[in-house]
Amino acid sequence: MNFQSDGIRLTASGVSCVRGGRPLFAGLSFELAAGGAITVLGSNGAGKTSLLRMIAGLLAPAEGTIELRGGPGSVGEAAHFLGHLDAVKGALSVSENLDFARALLGGGGASNEIALTRLGLNALQDLPAHMLSAGQRRRLALARLLAAPRLIWLLDEPTAALDAAGKEVLIGMMDEHRTRGGMVVVATHLELELEDAREIFISNGRAV
Amino acid sequence: MSTLSAIVLRDLKVALRAGGGAGIGVIFFLTLVTIVPFAVGPDMPLLTRIGPAILWIGALLASLLGLDRIFAADHEDGSLDQLLLSAAPLELIAAAKGLAHWLATGLPLVIVTPLLGLMLGVEPKSLFAVALTLFVGTPGVTFLGLVAAALSAALPRGGLLAAVLVLPMSIPLLIFGVVSTHVAIADGSLGAPFRFLIAISLFFLVLGPVAAAAALRHVRE
Repeated sequence: MNFQSDGIRLTASGVSCVRGGRPLFAGLSFELAAGGAITVLGSNGAGKTSLLRMIAGLLAPAEGTIELRGGPGSVGEAAHFLGHLDAVKGALSVSENLDFARALLGGGGASNEIALTRLGLNALQDLPAHMLSAGQRRRLALARLLAAPRLIWLLDEPTAALDAAGKEVLIGMMDEHRTRGGMVVVATHLELELEDAREIFISNGRAV
Repeated sequence: MSTLSAIVLRDLKVALRAGGGAGIGVIFFLTLVTIVPFAVGPDMPLLTRIGPAILWIGALLASLLGLDRIFAADHEDGSLDQLLLSAAPLELIAAAKGLAHWLATGLPLVIVTPLLGLMLGVEPKSLFAVALTLFVGTPGVTFLGLVAAALSAALPRGGLLAAVLVLPMSIPLLIFGVVSTHVAIADGSLGAPFRFLIAISLFFLVLGPVAAAAALRHVRE
């Protein structure tokens, strides 16, 4: 399935971030078209997570605006946000967690079978999620991206707790998502090989 | 609509499975009703008279348990972010979570009330009246609690705060709940106090989700 994303742009203009009275960065602008990707780099505490939360609409920018031009609705309704918390309910089974994500964020994506096979969790479908290891929980969180297709992926340190194979799968997923017209914004302090991704480097209050 | 029913279903599953804490309210209710006669003494006419009031206080306190977990649990594991990214309005999501919480913790209290009333010597014909007023009143308490739950979502030890916020506000429910029970016992029919109870409960059912959603938006900052 491809996204009807021609002409849709994710734009940020003059965005500033203040957390706890401390300015983190100011004057950040970017534009992201269908199939595009941005990697957000920077040291710990630079404001990478805050930037992703602002794009998702979970945090209001101190200055500036972030909007989805030519798209239906807000950025939040078109976006996946994968933070450092996996949002997995331990009392529910692996497939129940995925079913809930589909009901909450919109269906039309891969079936549990396909999404979980891709992430290597297919044999664990009926296992309560509290039995999963940290890496497996992260894989389950990534399976949400496939089960509930959304135009924009906002990934905060997505490789945390993932093994080398998991990282390969994730890179494959991101490439595929972009070929279908999706957008990816990924915050990381490691190198992630994404083809012609724009880099935003946040350091010492400056975003370039 | 399927989003909201999915939220209700998920919260029910989480509450009813191991460690969900749905049963603890009923056990607390039972304990409270059991210890009151020890304090009051073996005075059956007195217990019969104050029985409805004890049942109401017990149910009120029992429904405070676990109230703070409604949003705090979702806040801790990151699910709250996912709820906020849903296309469904946050007010309705809060209402769905309130409904699930009441079904898991409030409704069982209503169901065991006639049984506990027997322990207090409440007359059989009034047992139904107490259960009915609780059936109408406890959703009001839960939805009032939604606001406190949202405010304390990001706080450690928010449970006490939630209880302290909810108890004073629930006094109107308590007054009209107990009064309408007494009216029902005396006249054999539910009168004006019962309609007031319904009105207050409905007021909280509407106000609760709206205020909770506003509080959640603020808390996420």
